[in-house]
Amino acid sequence: MAAPLAILTAHPPAGTDPGDIEAYMAGGGYGAVRKALTTISKDGLIEEINASGIKGRGGAGFSTGMKWNLCADLYPRYLCANADESEPGSFKDRLLLESKPHQIIEGMIITSYALGINLGYIYIRGEFFQIIDQMEAALADAEKHGFLGKNILDSGFDLELYVHPGAGAYICGEETGLIESLEGNRPYPRLKPPFFPAAIGLWGQPTIVNNVETMAQITTIVDMGAEAYKQIGTEEDTTGPRLFGLCGHVKKPGIYEYDSDVTLRELIYDAGGGIRDGNRLKGVIPGGISAPILTPEEIDTTMGFGALGKLGSMGGTGGIIVMDETTSMVDALLNASSFAAHESCGQCTPCREGVPWMNDILRRIHNGRGRDEDLDLLLDICKQIHGHTVCVFGQAPGVWPVRTILVKYWPEFRACIERKERVVLPVEESYLQPDQYEHIPPVPGNFRMKTNEADAAG
Amino acid sequence: MATPLEFTEEARKRAAEILSRYPDEYRKSAVVPLLHLAQEEWGFVSPEAMACVARLIGCSPVKVAEIATFYPMFNKEPVGDHVLAVCHTLPCALTGCGDIFDHLSDKLGIRLGETTEDGRFTLRKSECLAACDRGPVLLVNRKLHTHLTTARVDEILDGLEEG
Repeated sequence: MAAPLAILTAHPPAGTDPGDIEAYMAGGGYGAVRKALTTISKDGLIEEINASGIKGRGGAGFSTGMKWNLCADLYPRYLCANADESEPGSFKDRLLLESKPHQIIEGMIITSYALGINLGYIYIRGEFFQIIDQMEAALADAEKHGFLGKNILDSGFDLELYVHPGAGAYICGEETGLIESLEGNRPYPRLKPPFFPAAIGLWGQPTIVNNVETMAQITTIVDMGAEAYKQIGTEEDTTGPRLFGLCGHVKKPGIYEYDSDVTLRELIYDAGGGIRDGNRLKGVIPGGISAPILTPEEIDTTMGFGALGKLGSMGGTGGIIVMDETTSMVDALLNASSFAAHESCGQCTPCREGVPWMNDILRRIHNGRGRDEDLDLLLDICKQIHGHTVCVFGQAPGVWPVRTILVKYWPEFRACIERKERVVLPVEESYLQPDQYEHIPPVPGNFRMKTNEADAAG
Repeated sequence: MATPLEFTEEARKRAAEILSRYPDEYRKSAVVPLLHLAQEEWGFVSPEAMACVARLIGCSPVKVAEIATFYPMFNKEPVGDHVLAVCHTLPCALTGCGDIFDHLSDKLGIRLGETTEDGRFTLRKSECLAACDRGPVLLVNRKLHTHLTTARVDEILDGLEEG
């Protein structure tokens, strides 16, 4: 059994306000900023982040070091910390924002210093009213203590950081959507490639968009050193601590911190205390609603981005949604699909029209009016959307849940259509074995229904 | 033609502070925070409020309308004193948000998106509020309530009635 970690989840001393900068500094806080700005060169810092092997925690698992290296040699550059946490099943950013605002600010200061950035924003989703207030107060405190503003710690480095609130749109979590939103436009994502935000971002300048957990982890890396950080987890897969959020039908939902070598089974049954009411597991979504579902037979996987990729799923945001035997997979998918239909930004026709169309079909199946051809039709619509949209959101929350829940839990959907009512099949009858759905052609593009070494490496 | 709306003196100070966060040539970036300010001021974002924001930014009102109509958080019509938003995304659905919503709907006698006749409550559904471990959850105005039961919902509503 992997041992739980307490690096990002270390609690501030009991009774202290997490936003209180004095208490944070008394516990060694802002030591990483001091260390970075006074003892390490800018290149040294970038080298350190590269050496740590950290993968971004926003969901895609993209190497943070590589993102930084892609930064075009142009100034001014900007920083955006992405706190638009809206992926259903994810709540790790909320925990960090509530309990570690200053650690996030530290990470932003270090990142800005390393990359020569003098202006940054933390984009917080609009529904986080209390968090926005707390973060604004924390930024003001940091400025009062000389960690923001002009000539920080006599290093000659200036930095301004501000909160920018969102207003309830999931698409603003996509990095180019976030940039458009920050520019004051409708947040339609930009086509990439050719130009990534690190080359052309906010106001046409190089911009680094990192998740707030990544920002907090950068503080940790500077604090403990890349060498020690790398020892957590595995270098081949995912280094550093990971926050896993357990929710749904587990006895003890909450945030748990482990390295990525922990298995999904350990998380559900040991950390989470097992399934509520002693029920049996039916399916589990391992990384936010977009991550393809895993059946009870697939939960012995470790939780690294690479290991989950090999299974045809993804590490995503680490939000684990557990569903027990009482769950109707048709209901679950209808819910996921309603979310995607509501949140499609409307820029690209395949997503704007296709995702609500799939939602209509699923609603009809749910209501016992499904038609024989509906399941094939759903797969066909998935194919038409996949890879035909500007951003990945058409396929991530739009297609992947439909594609994988439908294919893996095919018998339950068939039963609903045949019996013309909502049916919840017993667990072992409800899903197929991998060799039973191999005949269903994979959607063109990078859809990973089958194990593929090249895909898993990416 | 409706009379033009103007921010109060205090709101104008806050608007100036918000605008100072962005480089002067990119004032348009302040549109979302300014719309939040307008909504706090007037409860909803009317075309006149959009025009007011547009004057501050120095753009045409339709540019502001483009933004205001995109985001679900901006009310385009008047809402009740208390906006109740029940999260209905998968993790909350698994923990029983449907019962919470039905209970609210029955108790207040309104359906999704409606406002009570006395103008006190507006009932909505919300997408994931990122508190999935504490579901079902309900956002009441600016405050998040977690671990809901129907009894807990009654207590919350009673608290609002008194306040």
